[in-house]
Amino acid sequence: MRIEDHPILGKAERGKRITLNVDGEAVAAFEGENIAAALIASGRRVFRYTAKRMEPRGVFCALGRCTDCVMIVDGQPDVRTCVTPARDGMVIQTQVSRREGEATHDLEKEKD
Amino acid sequence: MEKTEIFVVGGGAAGMAAAIEAARAGAKVTVIDENERPGGQLFKQIHKFFGSGVHRAGTRGMQIGRDLLKEAREAGVKTRLNTVVYGIYPGKRLGLVCGDHTEELTSPIIILATGASENALAFPGWTLPGVMGAGATQTLININRVLPGRQALMVGAGNVGLIVTYQLLQAGGDVAAIVEALPYIGGYGVHASKVRRAGVSILTSHMVLRAEGNESVERAVIAQVDEKWQPVAGTEEVLEVDTICLAVGLSPLAELAWIAGCQFSYLPALGGWVPVHDENMESSLQGIYVAGDLAGIEEASTAMEEGRLAGLSAAEALGYLSHEVAETRKIEVQERLAALRIGSFGDGWAMAKKEFLRARCEK
Repeated sequence: MRIEDHPILGKAERGKRITLNVDGEAVAAFEGENIAAALIASGRRVFRYTAKRMEPRGVFCALGRCTDCVMIVDGQPDVRTCVTPARDGMVIQTQVSRREGEATHDLEKEKD
Repeated sequence: MEKTEIFVVGGGAAGMAAAIEAARAGAKVTVIDENERPGGQLFKQIHKFFGSGVHRAGTRGMQIGRDLLKEAREAGVKTRLNTVVYGIYPGKRLGLVCGDHTEELTSPIIILATGASENALAFPGWTLPGVMGAGATQTLININRVLPGRQALMVGAGNVGLIVTYQLLQAGGDVAAIVEALPYIGGYGVHASKVRRAGVSILTSHMVLRAEGNESVERAVIAQVDEKWQPVAGTEEVLEVDTICLAVGLSPLAELAWIAGCQFSYLPALGGWVPVHDENMESSLQGIYVAGDLAGIEEASTAMEEGRLAGLSAAEALGYLSHEVAETRKIEVQERLAALRIGSFGDGWAMAKKEFLRARCEK
C-alpha cells in the first residue's frame, strides 16, 4: 500500500506513471522509485525462490546488501530490486536461484 | 583532472562530515558511495535528534542530511555515486566497480565511513517474506513511501524499535506489539512513552518463537521468557501480523577495514568487531581513518563529530592545517563528543572508546 499523505513528510511526490511487466502481469509504478517499492506497493511479497528447497524470499534489508530480493530483470538474473530504479516496460520475473556455478532460470521454465 | 588527496568511502553522516571538514581546510576530497544519492541513512530519519543546541537537537535527521549535502557542495567536495568500493590493496589502492567496469584509484589518505548493517535474528520462519529489518521498514515507509504490510510485530525495544514503531503508525500502518527479550526497555523513555500513548504495548521479557505462513508471514507466535531466555510454558500468544520487523542491533560494516589490514578489537558495547583507532580516528594503518558506525555503533550525531575529527586530522596530515589550529578545532569536537557520550548508552561508548587508546598504547 502506498503512503500518500504523511504528517511529517507531507504529500508524496512521485514521478511519471510507468508500467512494469511482472511475471506477465502489468504492474503500475512511478519513475524514480525502485522496483521493490513498486512490487511491495502492488501487494507482492515473494520475489524469488531458493535453489535447494524452493523457499520464498522477499525484501529483507531494503538497502542492497542482503540480496534476498533479487529477481530477473530484462533477462538479467540476480538484480537487487531494492536498489534498482524501475523503468517503463521493464520485464521482471520471479527468480529461482540455482546452485552455485549454475545459471539461474526463471520460474516458468523451471516448472516445465 | 585534479588529483584527489582524500577518498572518503561512504557518503553518510560520518563520511560527509569528514569530507566537509577536510575540503574546507583546502584538501581535494572525493566521496565514493554505492547509492544513487549521498546522505546514507539520514534521509529516513524523520524524527528530531537529541543532544544540545550545538548538536542540532530538535532538527530532523533528514534536514541535517540536506544541510550536509549543501555544505559539501559549497566546500567543493566531489562525489562519485553508484560506485562500489570492493577492496583496498597495499599502497592505498581502492578497487571500484562502477556500472559494468572496474577501476583502481589511489590517494594518500583514505577515510572509511562505511556505516553499519542490521543484525538478523534467526527463529523458525524468519526467512519468510514479511520478516525484515526495522531499518528496511523505515526505508520502505519514509523513503519509498510504501507500507510493507497491514500489521507488524516489532522485535526489540531499543531506540530503533521504538522509533520505527512510531514511524509505522505515522505512515498509517499498524503495530500489534513490541516484544523485547530483556526485562527492560533499552531505548529512551521519551520514545517508549510516545508509542505507548499511541496504544502499542511493549512486552518486555517476551520473544518471538516463530513466524508462520505459507508464502509469507501470516502470523507470529510470541511467548514470555524466563531469566535464562527460555520460553515460559503456557504463555504462547498468536498475533495476526503479516510483517515482523527486527530491531536487534547493528554491526559495523567493516569488510573494507578488514581487507585493508586494520587491527581490530571486539567490543560488545560498540557492536562487535571494530577497527582500533586513536583520538584522531586514524586506524592502525597510517593514513587510513575510520569514522561513524564503522568505528563503533553509536548515533548519527556522534558519527558526524567523529567524521569531523577524521577530516580535520586528515587535513592536518596533508599540511592544510597547522598543528595548533588543528588541535584547537579537534578539542572543540572532542568536547561536543564527550557531551554526547553521557547517559546510559554514552558511558558504555565512552569507556569502549578508551579501550582503543589503551590497545594502541600497548602495541
